Amino acid sequence: MRTDLSAPVVFVGRGTIGVAARFGRFGGFAWAAMGAFAHVGLWGRLVAQQMVRLGVASLPIALFIAAFTGIVLALQASYTFTGAVPLYFVGTLVGKTMILELGPVLTGLALAGRVGANIAAELGTMRVTEQIDALETLGYDPLAYLVVPRVLAGVIMFPVVVAFADGIGILGGWITALNLLDMSTPEFVRGLQLFFLPFDVRFSLIKAASFGLAVTLIGSFYGFETSGGAEAVGRSTTQAVVVSSMLILVLDAFWAIALL
Amino acid sequence: MSIVLEDVHKAFGPKVVLDGVSLEVRNGETLAVIGGSGSGKSVLLKSIVRLLEPESGRITVDGKDVASLRREQLYQLRRDVGYVFQFAALFDSMTVFDNVAMGLRRVPGLGEPEIARAVGDSLRRVEMEGYDDRLPAEISGGQRKRVGLARAIATRPAYLLYDEPTSGLDPVTTAVIDEMILRMTRELSVTSVVVTHDMKSAYTVANRIAMLYQGRIRFVGTPDEIRATDDPVVRGFIEGRPDLTIEAV
Repeated sequence: MRTDLSAPVVFVGRGTIGVAARFGRFGGFAWAAMGAFAHVGLWGRLVAQQMVRLGVASLPIALFIAAFTGIVLALQASYTFTGAVPLYFVGTLVGKTMILELGPVLTGLALAGRVGANIAAELGTMRVTEQIDALETLGYDPLAYLVVPRVLAGVIMFPVVVAFADGIGILGGWITALNLLDMSTPEFVRGLQLFFLPFDVRFSLIKAASFGLAVTLIGSFYGFETSGGAEAVGRSTTQAVVVSSMLILVLDAFWAIALL
Repeated sequence: MSIVLEDVHKAFGPKVVLDGVSLEVRNGETLAVIGGSGSGKSVLLKSIVRLLEPESGRITVDGKDVASLRREQLYQLRRDVGYVFQFAALFDSMTVFDNVAMGLRRVPGLGEPEIARAVGDSLRRVEMEGYDDRLPAEISGGQRKRVGLARAIATRPAYLLYDEPTSGLDPVTTAVIDEMILRMTRELSVTSVVVTHDMKSAYTVANRIAMLYQGRIRFVGTPDEIRATDDPVVRGFIEGRPDLTIEAV
């Protein structure tokens, strides 16, 4: 009887301790990765390669999502505003929403799936096949060689991808406004400019950089934490995507509170 | 020039793997460490180059306490200790040439022509010339082990640590790898530790054999001494007779 009552408490307690321990290990990992920035000779020439792999190769999916988001935003804005708000506000809503929220967040979530999973699976496989140990025995700091270039590439390239996504989303909204909402280009641009602030773009890019940091660091952490075999790699990959997606939403709220 | 382990303890959670291991690897010898699966052989080997950190005890390489080395000193030591991994651990995105060149690229003052020469020499020693441009996925398991050996000897280390170098290989390829281990010891004058559960390999390559059992060194001696021992646990292992081991426990 006592066992039945204590089981949920034990379950919750163990779970909490497990989460706290992992959080602590992540802190140690992030701190050590910061220290590895000092070894420029190891990561310097690898950053460009990672920028292409993580950033340029992610453009098609990010732009695909952004284009359709822009189309839907324009149509929903028009549907909402009918008869009550002047139609040029469609441009305002599409621009503001794409730049402040949907551009960075939807791109961040898509890249958490693509980039975060890629990093966790690659490094996890390297971990279970002892390739990371092999790097160590050959005199390479694995954090400097594997993690720093990916994190830097993420911090640099996420804002670039988001900037393109913002632009394509607005473009999608504009084309929709012209073809389906009987709006003219001057009307759409008028709405777009109405509440536009240059700060909006900075806000979007700051958020994107923080998402890049979160996705690449968490992907690397789960990759390095992998132990076991193929199943463990799959588990790490899933966890990396779930945790970085959650962190993106937390960071989204944080930046809104801190900067708006 | 030796590797000394003194009272080394290592556990993973509640599971004690090394429970007071003391062992000396003498200069120029090849010591085989035998023991059942999960007995801690690989943990012992990884502890020597601090890929794993023991909870207590002391490991010295050339008199240097491995645990107290700073990062750069540790990497310097690791360049002097070649490590051959169980499944080769080749970098699968790199060619055979680049795999072997990895360690050399960390040696200060070494240019690409010298690196190319050293890679060529290492691949020749393991009879893998002409495979420079292949990817690890394009060569066989035995060839991967040979490339792993070439990578380990490329920086001309004083020590070579082999983790199950013949596991998963057919008898002919096993004999080839054993011959290479003997040749490396002869030609490069290295001190070697070979972790294996293959007794035939151990008898072929080792000057001495140490048996790890229940976290401790149960036996150390020459191949002739281990053949002659009356320790039932050791006999049970080398003869593949679990009944002897069970009786002793």
